[in-house]
Amino acid sequence: MSRLNEESIRIANEIISRYPIKKSALIPLLHLAQEQEGWVSGEAMNHIAEILQITPAEVLGTCSFYEMFKRSPVGEYQLNICHGISCHLLGAENLLHHAEETLGIKEGEVTEDGKFSLEGVECIAACTEAPCLQVNYRYQNKVTKSHFNQLVQEINDGNRSEIPKHGSLAKVRQSIPAERLAGIEPVDGAQPPEWLNRNGRDS
Amino acid sequence: MTFPLITTSRWEIEDAHTIDRYVETEGYKALTKALTLTPEEVHDEVKKASLLGRGGAGFPAGVKWGFLPENVWPRYLVVNGDESEPGTYKDRILLERDPHQLIEGCLITCYALGLSQCFLYVRGEMAHGQERVASALNEAYEAGYVGKNILGTEFSVDIVLHWGAGAYIVGEETALIESLEGNRGMPRLKPPFFPASIGLYGKPTIVNNVETLSNVPWIVLHGGEEFSKIGSEQSTGTRIFAVSGHVNNPGVFEVEFGTTTFRDLIMGENYGQGILNGNKIKAFIPGGASAPWFFEEHLDVPLEKSTVDQAGSMLGSGAIVVMDETTDIVRACHNVVRFFSRESCGKCAPCREGTSWLEKILQRIIDGNGRDDDLDLLLDVCDNISPGITWPPKQTTICPLGPSAVSPISSAIKKYKHEFEAYISQSSQGTPVGIQGGIL
Repeated sequence: MSRLNEESIRIANEIISRYPIKKSALIPLLHLAQEQEGWVSGEAMNHIAEILQITPAEVLGTCSFYEMFKRSPVGEYQLNICHGISCHLLGAENLLHHAEETLGIKEGEVTEDGKFSLEGVECIAACTEAPCLQVNYRYQNKVTKSHFNQLVQEINDGNRSEIPKHGSLAKVRQSIPAERLAGIEPVDGAQPPEWLNRNGRDS
Repeated sequence: MTFPLITTSRWEIEDAHTIDRYVETEGYKALTKALTLTPEEVHDEVKKASLLGRGGAGFPAGVKWGFLPENVWPRYLVVNGDESEPGTYKDRILLERDPHQLIEGCLITCYALGLSQCFLYVRGEMAHGQERVASALNEAYEAGYVGKNILGTEFSVDIVLHWGAGAYIVGEETALIESLEGNRGMPRLKPPFFPASIGLYGKPTIVNNVETLSNVPWIVLHGGEEFSKIGSEQSTGTRIFAVSGHVNNPGVFEVEFGTTTFRDLIMGENYGQGILNGNKIKAFIPGGASAPWFFEEHLDVPLEKSTVDQAGSMLGSGAIVVMDETTDIVRACHNVVRFFSRESCGKCAPCREGTSWLEKILQRIIDGNGRDDDLDLLLDVCDNISPGITWPPKQTTICPLGPSAVSPISSAIKKYKHEFEAYISQSSQGTPVGIQGGIL
């Protein structure tokens, strides 16, 4: 099941309808594909190209630019250890080495059971909480070696159910009720908004 | 503290991200007020406030808004929530803790400028921020604050939450627009210098930072003049700073522009509370990884755009990273340069090639393979990216990312050249880059 499933297609169409030009939905759709499978397969990219009526090369071009899109399977839990300057100053390298030893993998690899993958990543905007990391884009602050061990243990024991599987980002999606939609103007030939030349409430 | 908190007033309120609490704490009052004024009057208030952009470049928002050409439609608002500058940690908190304040700022901006649609771009890695903004937008649509006929008036505008997928360069406004169009996030060739003339889908587009727009409700509610009384003449209002690194109390603080100094922020009882373990300060980054470093002698520089610019750096994204005396300057320098090397989009050769060679040369120095002429070589590569290595930087590239990689090198060599030389003097010399232990 590499193509987008029915539910993903439904969400995809809702997302596409919010943009004047379909291709704008490409990154959100790639996220949908990754949410479904944990990574973005060639098959999924081809399907997205069909949906957006662009070429598979265009989809690959965009997909390959962005770090979050994984074009080969990663662990169920993607551990991103921040090695930005603030975390560097407070021991990020040590933490990364500790993680490599604990998991028995190098940065960029996946554990044999497919459970964990590990990366050193650039600043994740939690600089006052250094050193920090993200598990599937959920923050862990001021991480010590023992915190790290505990985190891995808890995930292995199935006690961190609040962390969704890799690929799921926001658990809440935007939804616009049809009757509340202001309406998407066409890119060409649009008129000035009707309200612009009126004085607020006078209208 | 004698100034009012403008953008962080709700940070201590646990449920401030919900619409009920937001409305209870004066939320959406500014929008209601704005809709009784004409769009021009609202624009004038923001101009009077002299609100500087809070993203990094510090360009006056009211002036940027004024660059919109007349009679070209549709026009768009794009919110830059791609906070990724190392050391910067403010927009994420604004998104997570007070999303309605940002939404209200967007609505007022769209009203003032006659914008047809707003795209709120949140960095991909910020899953929780995306959740909070999505919930807030859903609530606001439901309650009639966003969408069709806002608050029963003719004013109608949609706000669409869009999210990225991990690329620092997308914080550059034309790259942000490329990304929003579904493309690789590479900056566009200038001119046009501002997307206000040609932006999203080739149409006039205003790109503003999350913190910038979060100031707008207060300005409209209390008036631009009131706002301009806070801070200093050229840097009005307040600014959110993240103080991180070797300090006792790392944190994110809203302070009055112009009157506070770096010393206050780093050493002050209410802020950073001094250097970790009673150590001495060695260097600090005053405005995000792109900014040239400051040293002890700069501690009393006030947090004001013009004075910091004159002192040879910038307030940039409001990120202060403190390094104490135990810091290995060469490694810290390598760390920041590696960031720019990895995040270079690859469009311009001086940046693509230059940043990656800078990283490799610094790496070989650290690895004990540095050569006697490596410092000259580093500065030579820097000079090719940013001719003259001046401040403000000249650039041979489309965007400032390349020159940003020059900042840590030129500052570190200026003050701590001996640390580089110490590495090199102990080196085996001569191992070519990339060929560990081999012979070229």
